[in-house]
Amino acid sequence: MSKKIDKKQTQIIKRVLQELKPYRFHLIASLICAAFTVVFTLMIPVYIGEAVDCMVGVDNIDTAGLWKIVGKMAFAIAGTFIFQWIMNRLNNYVTYDVTKNMRQKAFDKMMIMPIRHIDGHSHGDYMSRITTDADVFSDGLLMGFSQLFTGVLTILGTIIFMVRVNAVIALVVIVFTPVSLLVAKFIAQKTYAMFQLQAKNRGEQTSYANEMIEQQRVVAAFAYRENAKEEFSVLNQKLADSSLKATFFSSITNPATRFVNSLIYSGVGVAGALLAISGGISVGGLTSFLAYASQYAKPFNEISGVVTELQNALACGARIFEMMDEKPVEESDENFLQNVEGTIEFSDVSFSYDPAKPLIEHLNLSIKPGWRVAIVGPTGSGKTTLINLLMRFYEITGGSITIDGVDIRSITRKNLREQFGMVLQETWLMEGTIRDNLLVANPDATQEEMVAAAKMSHAHGFIKRLPQGYDTFITSDDGSLSQGERQLLCITRVMLALPPMLILDEATSSIDTRTEMKIQSAFQTMMEGRTSFVVAHRLSTIREADVILYMQDGKVLEQGNHKELLAKGGYYAKLYRKQFGLEE
Amino acid sequence: MKFLLNYLKEYKKESILAPVFKMMEAIFELLVPLVMASIIDVGIANRDVSYVIRMSLVLVLLAVVGLAFAITAQYFAAKAAIFSASKMREDLFYHIMDMSAESHSSQGSSALITRITSDINQLQNGINMFLRLFLRSPFIVFGAMIMAWTIRAKAAIIFAIIILCLSLVVYGIMKSTLPIFATVQKKLEKVFLSVGENLEGARVIRAFGNQEEQLQDFREKTGSLYADQIHAGKISALLNPVTYVLVNLGIVLLLWVGADWVGAGILAKGEVVALVNYMSQILVELIKLANLIVILMRCVPSVGRVAEVMDMQADQRRVAQKDTTEEKEIALKFEDVTFCYPGSSEPSLANISFEAKEHERIGIIGGTGSGKSTVLQLMIHAYDATSGRVTLFGEDVASYTDEELEKKIGMVFQKAVLFTGTIRENIIFGRDGITEKDVEDALQWAQAKDVVQAKEKGLDEEVLQGARNFSGGQRQRLTIARALAGKPDLILLDDASSALDASTDARLRKDLAELPWKPTVVIVSQRASSVMDADRILVLDNGECVGWGTHRELLQSNEVYREIYHSQFPEEDGEQNE
Repeated sequence: MSKKIDKKQTQIIKRVLQELKPYRFHLIASLICAAFTVVFTLMIPVYIGEAVDCMVGVDNIDTAGLWKIVGKMAFAIAGTFIFQWIMNRLNNYVTYDVTKNMRQKAFDKMMIMPIRHIDGHSHGDYMSRITTDADVFSDGLLMGFSQLFTGVLTILGTIIFMVRVNAVIALVVIVFTPVSLLVAKFIAQKTYAMFQLQAKNRGEQTSYANEMIEQQRVVAAFAYRENAKEEFSVLNQKLADSSLKATFFSSITNPATRFVNSLIYSGVGVAGALLAISGGISVGGLTSFLAYASQYAKPFNEISGVVTELQNALACGARIFEMMDEKPVEESDENFLQNVEGTIEFSDVSFSYDPAKPLIEHLNLSIKPGWRVAIVGPTGSGKTTLINLLMRFYEITGGSITIDGVDIRSITRKNLREQFGMVLQETWLMEGTIRDNLLVANPDATQEEMVAAAKMSHAHGFIKRLPQGYDTFITSDDGSLSQGERQLLCITRVMLALPPMLILDEATSSIDTRTEMKIQSAFQTMMEGRTSFVVAHRLSTIREADVILYMQDGKVLEQGNHKELLAKGGYYAKLYRKQFGLEE
Repeated sequence: MKFLLNYLKEYKKESILAPVFKMMEAIFELLVPLVMASIIDVGIANRDVSYVIRMSLVLVLLAVVGLAFAITAQYFAAKAAIFSASKMREDLFYHIMDMSAESHSSQGSSALITRITSDINQLQNGINMFLRLFLRSPFIVFGAMIMAWTIRAKAAIIFAIIILCLSLVVYGIMKSTLPIFATVQKKLEKVFLSVGENLEGARVIRAFGNQEEQLQDFREKTGSLYADQIHAGKISALLNPVTYVLVNLGIVLLLWVGADWVGAGILAKGEVVALVNYMSQILVELIKLANLIVILMRCVPSVGRVAEVMDMQADQRRVAQKDTTEEKEIALKFEDVTFCYPGSSEPSLANISFEAKEHERIGIIGGTGSGKSTVLQLMIHAYDATSGRVTLFGEDVASYTDEELEKKIGMVFQKAVLFTGTIRENIIFGRDGITEKDVEDALQWAQAKDVVQAKEKGLDEEVLQGARNFSGGQRQRLTIARALAGKPDLILLDDASSALDASTDARLRKDLAELPWKPTVVIVSQRASSVMDADRILVLDNGECVGWGTHRELLQSNEVYREIYHSQFPEEDGEQNE
């Protein structure tokens, strides 16, 4: 078990080293600076002791000696200043640069990772990987590493300096100082469970508050407010209790370690003083010793924190590496589509989201250039799935789909998707101006072209009324635009690009039918000569389709045009009659 | 700040005792170098072994007492910080829950959630650190100077100069870096949002082949974040080295003049050592103080943000008196109602008048932005009408409390929202007196029976956050069941069947027409098929009432209605017009 973990850890560490390779000279330089800083810092107490020894007594001061020592101290101080400063600068550079690069690499991968992963993974998790985890990783790793290095050097250096002054007292310090470490560790262990509990309670409370605040209107409409308050108070009390325990008990650490160090300090004081009485050490020597004793605990405290910090950093690193090292989806550029006519063939296509539950099986479909294909059927019948496959958001598991005879797997996804214009039910707009959003697909369009497209999709009217017109800034889930207005923008976006084939997935679901009717005429022009797929609930939009696919449970149960299917009297006919309330 | 003090007042004892105990701990710490000085100057100088041992026992005693004081202080600080933050969190949540739609939407949900979570956590941490350190650190810094003064007044001058220089350096560095760190934080948030946006829009971005532009944009965002971090790092990299140099220069100075004083017999050797010790203590505490200030600076905007929400009037709606004289049998009445959303001067509804008798079914139809949903918002008194009057069962809608409205009205929102918990909890939703039978019936009428049956645990199936385990149509049907379960006299459906397929929608409408307690039903929709069998239909266009009548009347006389109808039921198919 532990071996397994070790192996995994080794792998991560290897991966980290690979990531840090470009910075190796910076890192080595930083370590050298750290070493110099430590040595210079440790020399100061010795000089202080020597200086004290220069003050023998009244009218008995070794001025020449003192001058010399002051000179040496100034040198050590200047050395510490320079090396510490360079080290800080190097560390900053490496930390921030590593973070930036990891973020960008992870984001790059995110843009090409299979949609399946994006659909099946919490977005919040990916978001925190790229932001928080990247920060924790580089911060923790670098600070942790440099603290560890400095800490170990300081400890070793202190021991050497102390032994050189007096071995016996040095032994007292060396043996007893780690006690404070044990105390800190003991407290950390005891409080770990309390922090876990606090985190859990905090999480519960946050998600409760989230839900209630976001849906406050519903809460209010059902007079659920008082229940919500009660529930919140219960969660809040639980959180406060666990926080108090965790905060208080963990806050004992500092006083407790300070206490242990004070005891050691007293011990050194007694031992040193007794030794001094018997002449075994000078007062200056004792002074240096006391300085070391009070500094000696510090690196231990730092190191003890470092181990958890490093582990945490590695864990965060592993999470972001997982994203960075995601295998890019395979791309083939064997063929290249251009001047597409729009013949589409589905032959024997099979697909399922979950291997255990087959969804589409042996689907065959021939679509001629310029056809309008309407896909109808109950919710969850696989209408959107068909589009997922056509756009290669998901890969078919069997059979083939061809466009103008070219297998869509033999061209790049980019090339494939360029052939389609897509309007979805979910109206995604990015943060930016209306103009930025409209020009997404066609960045070179002129102002006139943009306005013409907006007029065609009847979006121009409301855009004009916005405070800054086409330059109005919108956010991705802005409340200032209605769902219908957002959909109009999405339609304009496609109208501006006009690729050879179209996909309209519930494209007008949030637009009222009068406006829709007006847009329809624009759609008509747009669909002229373009193979198009239309998913809609409204049969009126579908009636003029060249072929209607009636889907249910992932299967295409009926194919044909409106008249044929109506005459057939099957599923479609039933659905059609129900829509118009003609069922007796 | 006054806002914060109000909360700390409730924990007055703790808030005062914590720093006081901390201060006492500091006093004991400050005594240590003096004791050590006397060990050197008395014990060692006189070769007095028993004096040395006695003094070292004093050192141990100081440590023990210091520990006791410190732990007591930590407890009081933690208690004051956590309990006052907890109370604040509770008050804030209550306040948010009481907000009317207007106040709520002026802030936005995500901002409110941040107030209650990270802002208050920030405050809690700030209060805790403040209580622990705000007396201790300054006390040690200035205490060291005073102790130096008791040893030799002139030595205190060196301390004063060094402290002044240190403060200037720390102040200067913080003043120049804090604003940069603030922008760093903002830029980091932008990066965070950008990632979210790209995940959300993955399909669209790929469909448009827009990846390159998005990558470029992300590069710019991280690059600009990086530039700021490096800039701030450049300055803050100076902090440690400079403060170190200052304190050690102080020590050199002390040794230099100390030697003179020892030579002149004014000062003992041990006292020089004590002075040096005091000087090194200053460095540690000053750094702590700087960190404390950073934490507190981060708290200041949080306090402001929390206080801003707290100071907001939660509910600005009008309250009216009930007068029981008017017609009870009119379930719903709009009298010349005009409404502008807060902050907008364009009316969303203009001069709307209509009424619905008990047991009637009313349809409201109109295009996007025609004001259909707004009519419902006024019915549930989410907002006050700007002018005119809305009455429910003969009473001004403002005369009902929210609880009374809830009993009268069953509202189904456009966006189908389910909460985490079981299906049953979602349908009962905290209301008393809803029996198992009511739930079953409601599911039946809402066409949601099969949704429950399809789930392994039936009514006890858990609803995950965001109701991910239910499809849009399933969610919609369950929210309809929730509204029906309380058997309200007035049922409002805001485009509530948009995700249902046509046949389910038809069955739903049929069942709604036959509900046993015969409630008044208002159906808002864009589909003519959803409203055509209503008793009367209100046709809205751009916030104005352009038609009011039965389907047949409107079809004959109303241009807008006809257009809507024919857009869905094309004219050439004679059969649809019956």
